Amino acid sequence: MSKKIQVSTTINGEPVEFLCESNQSLLEVLRDGLNMTGSKEGCNNGNCGACSVLMDGRLVNSCLVLGAECEDTKITTIEGIAPKEGLHPLQQKFLEHAALQCGICTPGFIVAAKALLDTNPHPTEHEVRYWLAGNLCRCTGYDKIIRAVLDTAGVSS
Amino acid sequence: MQNFEYLKPTTIEQAVAVLYREGEHAKALSGGTDLIVQLREGRRSAKYVLDVKKIPDLSQLTLNNDGSLIIGAAIPCHQIYGNAAIAASFPGLMDSFTLIGGTAIQGRASVGGNLCTASPAGDSIPSLIAHRAVCVIAGTGGWREVPVEAFCTAPGRNGLQRGELLVSLRIPAQPAHSGGAYLRFIPRNEMDIAVASAGVTVTLDGNTITNARVAIGAVAPTPLLVIEASAALIGNSTSDTSAINACAVAAQAAAKPITDMRGTVEQRVHLVGVMVKRALAIAIERANR
Repeated sequence: MSKKIQVSTTINGEPVEFLCESNQSLLEVLRDGLNMTGSKEGCNNGNCGACSVLMDGRLVNSCLVLGAECEDTKITTIEGIAPKEGLHPLQQKFLEHAALQCGICTPGFIVAAKALLDTNPHPTEHEVRYWLAGNLCRCTGYDKIIRAVLDTAGVSS
Repeated sequence: MQNFEYLKPTTIEQAVAVLYREGEHAKALSGGTDLIVQLREGRRSAKYVLDVKKIPDLSQLTLNNDGSLIIGAAIPCHQIYGNAAIAASFPGLMDSFTLIGGTAIQGRASVGGNLCTASPAGDSIPSLIAHRAVCVIAGTGGWREVPVEAFCTAPGRNGLQRGELLVSLRIPAQPAHSGGAYLRFIPRNEMDIAVASAGVTVTLDGNTITNARVAIGAVAPTPLLVIEASAALIGNSTSDTSAINACAVAAQAAAKPITDMRGTVEQRVHLVGVMVKRALAIAIERANR
């Protein structure tokens, strides 16, 4: 076994230090090491987007990032999306539009949609669909998710 | 995932020393969107993984005053198309960088990695060839340069020798009245692997094509530069349909595809001709802007 690597990072605004194996992904660190199980493991190869997190503000698949690569980065996970009280507007709109069924993909969609609205507050439907193409949902057929994101942005669909 | 030692070299010298000492047991990591999947699935093995993103030369992205471009091998796609000046100067390259994977993949995946993975269907490679990109390679014995069309040697194999590291891609300035485009055929709208693809650049003098580069992907063991397709265009008018047809036929003749789950030989040969013609039309339209 290789020696554990110490990593200093910021997760959801809080300084976090963790120890990880060189071969542990950020997703494994979050779920198994830090008990932050909001980010989901779907495909574990970068296709499904269930593990989406923000790394220095940029949307990434946490299954394709090594924990060791997170030194001095700022990570935002689904646990950091909602304010202390209540829901993030995206979460509220996902509820109103019934944009989830089984819910496994939902944290990834919320994080990915937040990344979109942070950079493009009023996207077109086309932009939303392309931005979220890396997030798979096998329940909803996507339309309700797209409507929830557009409604959050104040764009009618 | 298999166990390995994670190293974070900060200089090219450190990186190539390990790559030379360990040979195939050491792998360079930039975005990780291919390498981490391959290590996890046991398709590749490594004792040492070298995170090369802290090496300054691999993380440079420079649009020079003369219009030439340097893309560090570890620069992720989003950083390139997120640079307005670069995106405006090289729209044909942006065609590729904006369709490699989805948003999250583009947040990590590097152009250098796409090239080193050397997939026959790698979306950046025909564009880089069409834009005359050159690989800048460091090794224990010094530096060398290889045109992108000579870099990939077989599916999943590239020409890097023991101890060598792809440092950057050097793309010459596009002459005035030039345009480029990349198109791929996939059976859906997004997030798929090319069945056939084409990257094209042209330079115009009025309506005359004075220079052209045609490259094709997913129709041979490696992406190909098709000199005969380029030659069919040069000296002819942008509206000369017989020249444009000759260009597409030359590309089809160069294609040596296989039949697999994505398409048959016949379909790929047909499609690559269509992709070349359509990419050419876009490149001409951009050159006229």
